[in-house]
Amino acid sequence: MSDPPYARAMNLRLCHGCGLACDLARVAERCPRCGARLHRRKPESIARTWAFTLAGLVFYIPANALPVMSTNILGGHVESTIIGGVVEFAESGAWDIATIIFIASIGVPATKFIALILLLITVQRRGAWRRKQRTRLYRFVEVIGYWSMLDVLVVALVTALVKFQKLGDIEPRAGILFFGLVVVMTMLAAMSFDPRLIWDGEGEHER
Amino acid sequence: MILAISSPWIICEYCDSVYRRPELEPHQKSYCRRCGAVLRRYNAMGVEQVLALSVTAAILLLFTNFFPVMRIGLRGLHNAATLWDSVLDLAQGPIAIIALVAAVAIIVAPLLQIVLLLWVFSFANAARRAPGFEFCMRLLESVRPWSMLEVCLLGALVAVVKLAGYLNVLPGLGLAALAALSVLLIKIAGRDIRWLWELL
Repeated sequence: MSDPPYARAMNLRLCHGCGLACDLARVAERCPRCGARLHRRKPESIARTWAFTLAGLVFYIPANALPVMSTNILGGHVESTIIGGVVEFAESGAWDIATIIFIASIGVPATKFIALILLLITVQRRGAWRRKQRTRLYRFVEVIGYWSMLDVLVVALVTALVKFQKLGDIEPRAGILFFGLVVVMTMLAAMSFDPRLIWDGEGEHER
Repeated sequence: MILAISSPWIICEYCDSVYRRPELEPHQKSYCRRCGAVLRRYNAMGVEQVLALSVTAAILLLFTNFFPVMRIGLRGLHNAATLWDSVLDLAQGPIAIIALVAAVAIIVAPLLQIVLLLWVFSFANAARRAPGFEFCMRLLESVRPWSMLEVCLLGALVAVVKLAGYLNVLPGLGLAALAALSVLLIKIAGRDIRWLWELL
């Protein structure tokens, strides 16, 4: 079977609001069905994705270096970081929970940064290298996106629960703020990236 | 009455390939030949079902917000927290801005999704477009990635294990409602809501 045609060759444009294939011979500016503005590619995709990714990387440093919560229970006082939380679970023998937190808090953000930077660089070089796999990588980044919010929500629940004044309490610390910002920034970065840029130029200079 | 606009073509959002719209049988999906993305899924739900499930989701949302997700006990003292409590508690500290992020993720976005679904589908049930239909449908799509109840569910389970070391932890009614609601929202507020554009 031959490859399907591209929308640009058929003078069609995908509406991101509702998914309609808009015929550019009839409409140019806005989708006739949902009214969203039509773009050939997401506007300023590469610049925006770089900006959000780099902002995320900057926040990533305090997110890991600063403590995310402080625990006072029965006289003991602990300031724990993200990695500290994982180590604590692993040492107490709760390997399953340690693995979940490790994947959500360390694995997912790191994978997202590496994947986004890889996608940005390869798209800027307009390479033909493994287009299908790169598109799949982007979809993976999209899917794993919000799972790293796990730690923020755990801290929120735990601090609301443990409030016993003298006997013990748990308070949030600045690290969790930066961690939440990392998640938001990487989500915005993934949303700004246009995977169709991977395929632009296919069949023109190559083959 | 607005006539539904549709096209004989569908375009892959990941690589811009164009296909003739396929006719799908139950449980079938169509994939893009070029990049492997899912193009279309068979839609098994009708307007009535989605409306019924949205009402269910609204009730579950009340339960998740007003019944405690967990209770804990320490030396005879007890405490319980709802989702509201956890957001409000974050808001009191020096890093209140994180409360905003958490509030959107577990309260505002799910609430907005359910309100919009109820609005759009109660009119659709009378075979009409709701006022502001276009806006509501687009908003539903943009809110979806920020609604993180399923992450919150996993977070609650992690919190149970985390605290179980020092304290007595009991899951509350809110946790069960949270579990049911997160599954339900994935089912009804997913991408596949787009079929409504072709119906009305």
